[in-house]
Amino acid sequence: MGHSSEPTQFGWTFSLPSIALLGVVFVYPITLFLSKCFFDPTPTLEHLIHLFESPIFFKVLWITFKISFIVTIISLLIGYPIAYLLSSVSESARSLLMILVLIPFWTSLLVRTYAWMVILGRKGILNKAIMALGLSDSPIKLLHTAFAVDVGMVQMMTPFMVLAIFSVMKGIDRRLLSAAASLGANKYQAFFRVFLPLSLPGIGAGTLLVFIYSLGFFITPALLGGRKEVMISMLIEEQVSTLLNWGFASALALMLLVATLVFFFIYSKFFQIERT
Amino acid sequence: MNSYQSGFEKWLFYFFCACILLFLILPVFVIIPISFSAEKFLQFPPKEFSLQWYEEFFNKPVWISATLLSFKIAILTMIFATFLGTLASLSLVRGKFKSKKIVYGALLSPLIMPFIIVAVSLYYFFAKINMIGSMWSLVLAHTVLALPFVVINVTASLQGLDITFERAAISLGANRLVTFIKVTFPLIRPGVISGALFAFITSFDEVVIAIFLSGSRSVTLPKQMWDGIRIAINPTISSVASLLIVFSILLLVSVEILRRHSAKKMIS
Repeated sequence: MGHSSEPTQFGWTFSLPSIALLGVVFVYPITLFLSKCFFDPTPTLEHLIHLFESPIFFKVLWITFKISFIVTIISLLIGYPIAYLLSSVSESARSLLMILVLIPFWTSLLVRTYAWMVILGRKGILNKAIMALGLSDSPIKLLHTAFAVDVGMVQMMTPFMVLAIFSVMKGIDRRLLSAAASLGANKYQAFFRVFLPLSLPGIGAGTLLVFIYSLGFFITPALLGGRKEVMISMLIEEQVSTLLNWGFASALALMLLVATLVFFFIYSKFFQIERT
Repeated sequence: MNSYQSGFEKWLFYFFCACILLFLILPVFVIIPISFSAEKFLQFPPKEFSLQWYEEFFNKPVWISATLLSFKIAILTMIFATFLGTLASLSLVRGKFKSKKIVYGALLSPLIMPFIIVAVSLYYFFAKINMIGSMWSLVLAHTVLALPFVVINVTASLQGLDITFERAAISLGANRLVTFIKVTFPLIRPGVISGALFAFITSFDEVVIAIFLSGSRSVTLPKQMWDGIRIAINPTISSVASLLIVFSILLLVSVEILRRHSAKKMIS
């Protein structure tokens, strides 16, 4: 502590403008909005009671968790091999593949969701292909279904999964695999008993990250889902913009925030925050 | 290294990976050919090509004003977030104070907060002070969302920077401001620029908050697209989307070049 005379040192005051902005435009508005479910304007638990008595809430909560779970599992299953590929190819091949992973990451979410609408629509590419192959005579309803939401969200989330797993995999010493092989392990044993366990921190971090992001997702399910695929964020939006039911919206937002924080707490307990 | 994998399994694995990569980039590359369609409805592959949707985009004042507004907001956000975030990073890496971890966590917290909560809260807050539809409400909101990206990039650069350079400058008589401008900043510049580009794209692509704060006076490009998609699929969006894809790829390539450039510098 003592060397405050260190000339290259910058004090905490340099953080002050950012903290002030965060306080005014982030912490205060969120607190104000979330407090609406406890004060309306006098202290009340009415909104929370209403929430727990409403069947819509539990239905939407279940759908939100279900979609987030499916999306997380599929992104893991397809993201893991890509991370493995990235970590096992040469430096130049890696840069090229990395660009392919990062292109969707950098392209606007709205643009990608729009692309899925074009692909999955009644006259979309997928339906054309299905009919050309003779799998069906008439277009299948793909857009505005749970399938569309899952496919779209998996595409949005997989880059996060790949980057989280890759950041752990690139630190795994590949000589361990050769060592396992020289000790008589076949390649499956070497993979499942040496490499996979070593990559577990990446799997854990990626899974929790994708799950947390999926819970609060709005744009993609709102555009690709139908009436049955209402996620909690869509319910919040509806309560605010069409029903003007601020108390109920606030109670819903509180539940979403609690769920997010619980999973984030697990994440930060087990994994240090990633530097991208 | 992979020599003990049998050929067939190796190719099967590569094929599987190729399919996944195709899945990841397919949506991005479906839009571009479709945007040149000559038909009234979007078709893939288009039978005839034309520039009609691009003409539509460049001739409609609503699209042009939304695009200009988005650039304006994104540039202001980039300037504010880069300035504030770089200052904060300096104090986080080079400062010594007890609550450093808390400040760092607080500055990164917008990353995990669901956008819908931020959007609805800000809608409530800005409505109270009559700022819905003001460009500044969007700039302020986007700056908060962009700060974490600047802080992550700049703290990473600063941590990789040897403090002896700065000590040397000061011992040779430079004051702290001169040291920062002549020594520290040039060395962390790639990190600052990456952070700035991240901040720009965060604002430029942001939809959820814009949906709530735009009102009728400050309609950004993503908000205009959202309206166009939600109400009825407007084919003009295919041209906007294609332009945005090309723009994003250019930004991505600049960030990658910067990253490689700074990585090389670190080694040498």
